Amino acid sequence: MTGNGRRVVIGASSVPRFLPHVRFQHDPVRDRWIVLAPERMFVPDDIAAEILQRVDGARTVATLAGDLAQDFDAPAATVTLDIITLLQDLADKMVITA
Amino acid sequence: MTVPPPLALMMELTHRCPLRCAYCSNPLALEPASQELDTASWRRVLDQAAAMGILQVHFSGGEPTVRSDLEDLVGHAASVGLYTNLITSGVLLDSLRIDALAARGLEHVQLGFQDCDPAGSESISGFRGGFERKIKVAGWLRQRGLALTVNAVMTRHNAVRAGALIDLAAELGARRVEIANVQYYGWGLLNRAALMPTRDQLIEMTAVVEAARQRLTGIMVIDYVIPDYYAKRPKACMGGWARRFVNVTPTGRVLPCHAAETIPDLAFDRVCDRPLAEIWTDNMAFQKYRGIKGMPATCQHCDHREIDWGGCRCQALALAGAADAVDPTCERSPNHDEIQAIAAREAMTGRTDFVYRQRSLG
Repeated sequence: MTGNGRRVVIGASSVPRFLPHVRFQHDPVRDRWIVLAPERMFVPDDIAAEILQRVDGARTVATLAGDLAQDFDAPAATVTLDIITLLQDLADKMVITA
Repeated sequence: MTVPPPLALMMELTHRCPLRCAYCSNPLALEPASQELDTASWRRVLDQAAAMGILQVHFSGGEPTVRSDLEDLVGHAASVGLYTNLITSGVLLDSLRIDALAARGLEHVQLGFQDCDPAGSESISGFRGGFERKIKVAGWLRQRGLALTVNAVMTRHNAVRAGALIDLAAELGARRVEIANVQYYGWGLLNRAALMPTRDQLIEMTAVVEAARQRLTGIMVIDYVIPDYYAKRPKACMGGWARRFVNVTPTGRVLPCHAAETIPDLAFDRVCDRPLAEIWTDNMAFQKYRGIKGMPATCQHCDHREIDWGGCRCQALALAGAADAVDPTCERSPNHDEIQAIAAREAMTGRTDFVYRQRSLG
């Protein structure tokens, strides 16, 4: 299943979620988070893994940024930008939609 | 030092296939149906794969849908947590079977296309009516919500239609399309002179793909595989020998790559005789070319050694006469210029005398 033939553009008000048939899970053998997609897999770095663990199809990017800024004592504007950059990249790889 | 486990398992359930594609990468000596692993054996392979840390399974062949236990095996793979991919020509699928596979937890289907019209498809596959069936199958997959990849296999006969194949994939609702030039192994190697594109065709194809990637960013991922005969560097075959993939043949032989049996001095184990994890770690065929120490000396000292992992051992054997030679598709190989010249010459022959792949014996 794809989107509607248009590129998803991620912004602060987007509500990101994983595309159907994309799985984000912890790999117990290698003790790391992993994204499983059709014939592909991505290993997120630590920051990306923190972000993706909060992607639930309910919270907006702005809400995620607020939570992360608080948890990691970082400026919300920087965190927002980091999240948008990551999720746009993953949207373009057909991993995330919104 | 412990060997990291593989990430993906390729299960060649059968070598049987109704299609007879001239580019097929199956071995020339196909394994007979009567000696295929039974359902219980394949289920054990899946159990062992999940336990050793494998994350994805590819159901392949031959044509995996000829096996009536495919649904059972997909269900079993899903139940042990594996991400399931089905690699199929689609011609034997119907909507009921797709419903059953989806219900068992199938995530993704890679549907192979030989061309974007019936005549081109029939010419390469030796099978009538395949194209029309594939279009129907893509529709059922979309209705059922499964992830779809269109795998367009490219030769000089359809090179000019790369753009049309990308458009077809988008129309069919694919999330991903592979514009995959034939890799010349097995039947493909036998038919190389009748399939190889010209360098000009490849340049044009590359431009078409680049433009489509710009246009379709965020709509469809385009993976592009060139014939490495025209490349400066070899592909990272299997992501590196015995590094990411493990392949099990229809009769249960465990290989580092599907063409590994062409290398004569390797001894392979069977899944019936030894646990998969033990084969992965200890079997001599896996050990022989694993990692940097398994590479030719030229590759061991090359700054691309962890990018292309020394290329392809089977190709080194086929083209340079020795499995431990530098892959001749690499510009550092003494055979590189010769290989490029062969490709260029064969591409100009105009030959269309395909040796169609045989069907497996019963």
